[in-house]
Amino acid sequence: MRTPLTLRLLQSTPRSGWLALAIFAAVAWIGVPLAHLVVPEGHPLYLSAYTVSLVGKILCYMVVAVAMDLIWGYAGILSLGHGLFFALGGYAFGMYLMRQIGRDGSYGADLPDFMVFLDWKELPWYWLGSDSFLWAIFLTMALPGVVAFIFGYFAFRSRIKGVYFSIITQALTYAAMLLFFRNETGFGGNNGFTDFKRILGFDITSGATRVVLFALSATLLMLCLILGRYLIRSRFGRVLASIRDAESRVMFIGYNPLHYKLFIWTLSAILCGLAGALYVPQVGIINPSEMSPANSIEIAVWVAVGGRGTLIGAVIGAGIVSLAKSFFTVTVPEYWPFFLGGIFIVVTLYLPNGVVGLWRRLWAQRKATDAAPAEDPTPAAAIKGATA
Amino acid sequence: MKFLSNFVFRLGLWCAAMALAVSAHAAVHPDTLVGFAGDFSGRIAAIEALGAEGGDDARRILDALEAGNLGVIDNRVLIVEGDTVLDAASGEAVTDILASEVDTLTVNNRIRRALSSARAALILISGSQPERLAAANTLGESASPTLLPLFERALAAEEDASVRAVLIRAAARVNLTDPDPTLRRKAAQDLGSVTDPAVRNLLAALVGKTGEGSAATWAEPDASVREAAAESLRAIDRRITLAQSTGTIFTGLSLGSILLLAALGLAITYGVMGVINMAHGELLMVGAYATFVVQGLFRTYLPNWIDAYVIVALPVAFTIAALVGVVMERLVLRHLYGRPLESLLATWGLSLVLIQAARVIFGPQNLELANPTWMSGGIDLGAGVVLPFNRIVIIFFAGFVLLLLWMMMQKTRLGMFVRAVTQNRAMAGCVGVPTARVDTLAFAIGSGVAGLGGVALSQIANVGPAMGQGYIVDAFMVVVLGGVGQLAGAVWAALGLGVVSKFLEGWAGAVIAKILVLLFIIIFIQKRPQGIFALKGRFADD
Repeated sequence: MRTPLTLRLLQSTPRSGWLALAIFAAVAWIGVPLAHLVVPEGHPLYLSAYTVSLVGKILCYMVVAVAMDLIWGYAGILSLGHGLFFALGGYAFGMYLMRQIGRDGSYGADLPDFMVFLDWKELPWYWLGSDSFLWAIFLTMALPGVVAFIFGYFAFRSRIKGVYFSIITQALTYAAMLLFFRNETGFGGNNGFTDFKRILGFDITSGATRVVLFALSATLLMLCLILGRYLIRSRFGRVLASIRDAESRVMFIGYNPLHYKLFIWTLSAILCGLAGALYVPQVGIINPSEMSPANSIEIAVWVAVGGRGTLIGAVIGAGIVSLAKSFFTVTVPEYWPFFLGGIFIVVTLYLPNGVVGLWRRLWAQRKATDAAPAEDPTPAAAIKGATA
Repeated sequence: MKFLSNFVFRLGLWCAAMALAVSAHAAVHPDTLVGFAGDFSGRIAAIEALGAEGGDDARRILDALEAGNLGVIDNRVLIVEGDTVLDAASGEAVTDILASEVDTLTVNNRIRRALSSARAALILISGSQPERLAAANTLGESASPTLLPLFERALAAEEDASVRAVLIRAAARVNLTDPDPTLRRKAAQDLGSVTDPAVRNLLAALVGKTGEGSAATWAEPDASVREAAAESLRAIDRRITLAQSTGTIFTGLSLGSILLLAALGLAITYGVMGVINMAHGELLMVGAYATFVVQGLFRTYLPNWIDAYVIVALPVAFTIAALVGVVMERLVLRHLYGRPLESLLATWGLSLVLIQAARVIFGPQNLELANPTWMSGGIDLGAGVVLPFNRIVIIFFAGFVLLLLWMMMQKTRLGMFVRAVTQNRAMAGCVGVPTARVDTLAFAIGSGVAGLGGVALSQIANVGPAMGQGYIVDAFMVVVLGGVGQLAGAVWAALGLGVVSKFLEGWAGAVIAKILVLLFIIIFIQKRPQGIFALKGRFADD
């Protein structure tokens, strides 16, 4: 007998997980708005606009990291082009934000400023409907989803995997970046979209809008975690993990890995698109450099730092690396590449399971020394790591 | 009376000149100079006549005119040199006129223009080859019927082909406007031998109609001339198309040779270890910076041998890049065997560190290396297509490296080991191949080849910290297309990719070309996942 979906959803996350999510939700939905809007400036609990935007931005990164973890950690597919889906979502929503500027641009025209600058007379066909919020939401999911589906279908069908797949995704995002750099593509070329004024008619720079966007990012992250947790605990997730570990064997048993991979790949791209859509209004700009291969590979390092195959690890990794980046680029920007490069090397060499793996190992060691009959902790940790 | 006295005087002067035959230089015929006494157009005609006539005396008179020392009194053309007055025609001193009496001719812009073309005409007869070529070009641009005799005279004496071509074109251009149709036909035929877009336009205008609709008339009334022009036009078009497609194939080959140099090393390391070295592009950069340092050392210590710096840079770059590769392999990649995705990330981290290190050591700006003299210049195909020597050298260099590598892989024990490990690591290990050492050596060689690629790249592109970034994806595409661990496959893939993308670039622009090539590769992998040249063997899974 199958248990009902709601129950399965509830059971997929342990009680401590739900508790953590509840605390997180309380902070994001109540704590942060209060600290930003109600607490007076100068008070130690006050959160500045910069902090709220920065943390909101990192929340979006965390969603991307979870999406990345779903395909890399659980399906063994390393994408070096996830920045593309993120940026596509951002651009899809950015189109709506550009239309919301209306006649307030520097040329006072109906068209976005960059089109006036290029002497275009009307919107290109693909901008059709971009003034509708609902269409924009649809597009932020549909655009990365469709691109990922088509690409994934052809790639997985011919069983491209491993480093081949990684490099081709990198080439894909690189080609897309070149395409978006062109003015003729119709997405603002080099400068991309910026100078947003409104979202749904609300002032995009107001504190209330910022807090709402922050809360939405936090909500999206929580939904991602719950959905991801549910998926990986389900039968689907177990098949996915076996595809990761022994694809041929799974095929011989009678599963078609194509469907499983394609589903998780497309879902991951859609999640990235949504994160991109929330990222753009909080940061206030989207340009083709988001699609640069370096950005996409940084997403992979978030997951690697946190620990592959643990959803919470992806969140932690994205947080650690993004905060470190903010710190370095403000204080000693010339050392950031050294630090980032060092992270890549150290994590892959010494922390194969990331920060979470390290913590689990230490935890298991302490337990083992506490309990008198010492047993080798590593297999237990490994099994835990693989199934968690 | 005045005329008569003038005549007598001239006659006397001429007799005197004859008498003093020893010192007399080939004087200018006085009639040539008569124009100077007239109005502006007369003076310009006189200048042109002097230019056409040539000789030292003509040059002397033109110099005087330009310096404002040429004057006319009573139809006598005189040169004032300080206090002395000379007769322009003969160069003899004139005693009956004081320097202060002579009114010198003013030089305005029209005169100055005429002067410069007259000078060009002088050079055309007597200058060196580059001077003549420049002069012929100058005259060809402002060709007028008065210059025709000069062109013909110069043509008769000219032996250099490039100068002849310019002269023929200039003369034909003049003749195209001649009222005589036979001359025009001849000119249209002559122009067919010239490969120049400007001439092409000239001929194209000739065969077209002017005016609208039924009122249109042929630009050239004579049908036979039109036919000759059309024939010449076809010949020119054929040659321009040929030159341009040769140029495109050449740039494609050039790109292909660079890709090959970048991909050869990658093909080895990827073949042997299954690891994509994302820092491979940075090994190119290391090689290029090594070249830069070698150039700097030559500038300081051996300035006379500067042309040899590229040759010396080759072993230096190879060694340094190979050392960097060995360090990378020993410290990082060795510990990541069997984990290709992590190796990808780790090598990417290495590339970040190397780029930033280069930025700290050499500064973030791009450095431009000077080509040695034997690599500068190029072969001119006409129609604006030049095949630069540095690219030609690099194509041959890539072939040379390929040959060495092929010998290494096929004829040496190490090469055999490398092939064995590429095919089946476990089995190779079982039969006694020291796989760990083969890995290190293969990585060193692959990295060294990348360093050689860096030397080549430094000769055609700027050297900067991020220069290698653009090549890693393309190089990997070459490896994918060609098939893993296959030198022959890498060659075909690199050259094919280079030529195809250059043709696409000409047709659709660089960005679209890049995207099309990528799509092509994705589709290609659908059909042949193992590359053009697949390894034969049985692999259940990788």
